[in-house]
Amino acid sequence: MVAASHDHLYILSKLIGKDFKIRYRNMSLGIFWSLLNPLIMVAVLTYVFTQIYKSNIHSYPLFVLIGLIPFNFFTLAWATGANSILDNAALVKKVRFHREVIPLSVVLGNVIHFLIQMLLLMLLIVAFGQGVNRQWLWLPVVLGLEIIFVCGMALAFSALDVYYRDIRYVVDSANLVLFWLVPIFYDFDDVPRDYRLLYELNPVAAVVLACRSIFLRATAPHETLVWKLTLVSFAALAVGLLLFGRMKRRFADYL
Amino acid sequence: MNLLELHDIGKRYFLHHKRQLLAQRVAGAIRRDRNSFWALRHVSLSIEAGESVGIVGANGAGKSTLLSIAVGVSAPTEGTVVQRGRVAALLELGSGFHPDLTGAENIELNAALLGYTRAQVEQAFDSIVDFAAIPDFIDEPLRTYSTGMIARLGFSVAVHVDPDILVLDEVLAVGDQEFQKKCMEKILEFHRCGKTLLFVSHSSQAVESLCQRAVWLDQGAVHRDGPAHDVLAEYRSSLNGVDVVPA
Repeated sequence: MVAASHDHLYILSKLIGKDFKIRYRNMSLGIFWSLLNPLIMVAVLTYVFTQIYKSNIHSYPLFVLIGLIPFNFFTLAWATGANSILDNAALVKKVRFHREVIPLSVVLGNVIHFLIQMLLLMLLIVAFGQGVNRQWLWLPVVLGLEIIFVCGMALAFSALDVYYRDIRYVVDSANLVLFWLVPIFYDFDDVPRDYRLLYELNPVAAVVLACRSIFLRATAPHETLVWKLTLVSFAALAVGLLLFGRMKRRFADYL
Repeated sequence: MNLLELHDIGKRYFLHHKRQLLAQRVAGAIRRDRNSFWALRHVSLSIEAGESVGIVGANGAGKSTLLSIAVGVSAPTEGTVVQRGRVAALLELGSGFHPDLTGAENIELNAALLGYTRAQVEQAFDSIVDFAAIPDFIDEPLRTYSTGMIARLGFSVAVHVDPDILVLDEVLAVGDQEFQKKCMEKILEFHRCGKTLLFVSHSSQAVESLCQRAVWLDQGAVHRDGPAHDVLAEYRSSLNGVDVVPA
């Protein structure tokens, strides 16, 4: 069949390159927006939670940034990934290639920004925080699992979005809720025991908690947390691939 | 050998313009009374290597549906499709083109989507630029191009794929006359090399000049299938002698 002869890695790289180029080509600050954006958020949150609500968290800006970067990656990649098939309706209707490439290219495009932001975070931690420690070796594992999780979510929701156009509002609302229910600007230790279950199964919260213990306490993430994150991430990927695979046959009819 | 075989193809579309709300969807699914219509029914078609086949028919006869099933973009409701060899489907020109990318970047993206490998793009790149005849603009963003230039670029990428079957959907109605002539020559040359052509058009003239065999689709079924000259003569007379002018 035709699709088998396609060089899908090449298509993937070209689609990622396209998104990257059109996003920054006409901006004078270019890629620096990727860095400026979380820094602005950190400044605002730091103002609110050190000047208005007196938080007693040590080095608050770094604390917030560690939560914000994995959260931002998740929300952006999930939201743009979920819309990706609809956004590329013309391609899906007219060209034959594995459709999975579309949401995956969107997620991987966001990974580039994510990694740039993580690099900035590491520099800031070396400059103002605790410096490098051995537990940083956990970072590729934790971030890799988050990427896998987002790939699964983007696949599943981009396929559903074709049939149920409400999905984009569901995703937007969920992201809004997550900002408050992921420990970004507060400490997980302050969460009452009754509500902890809300966090235990949330992979985004798990990634934030893991990053905090690596960067701020120089301790390895909890073993159970890593296992849960692994399980949920691969389950999300499996469900995403399965759902997408079943639904993609009729994409062209619904676009 | 048949490069493309369609066996008893049917394609049903559901009319669901009133069934978007959840409650209605659930009700519809339970009652199973959704409105549907068959865009194609019981269509069989075999295309041998080296043939040039044109598909004609009125608006809504099922031409575009047939092509998208033949190239695998959409799945048939019934029947089977067998493809052998490499199919280049040109259901539109310039798939994936983006106005903010340069001509060169668009060539690479479009070529990747059409099935080129990286090595093939590198090899064909100069020849693609040459054929499109836009060397001075190749590093400018596409939004500075005229419509005709964009069409030329799209066509140029498409004809360099070197497939076994070239599937074209009325993409010739673009560019100035000179470029249209160049496109026709390229397609004829392609056919002379023993390649197979499947072509859909409103224009019976275009079909006649490119194809030896014609298939006349009417209301989702094959009405006539035979030598282009005979089928097209009949098709024209059914239109009261008024041929459809190319767009």
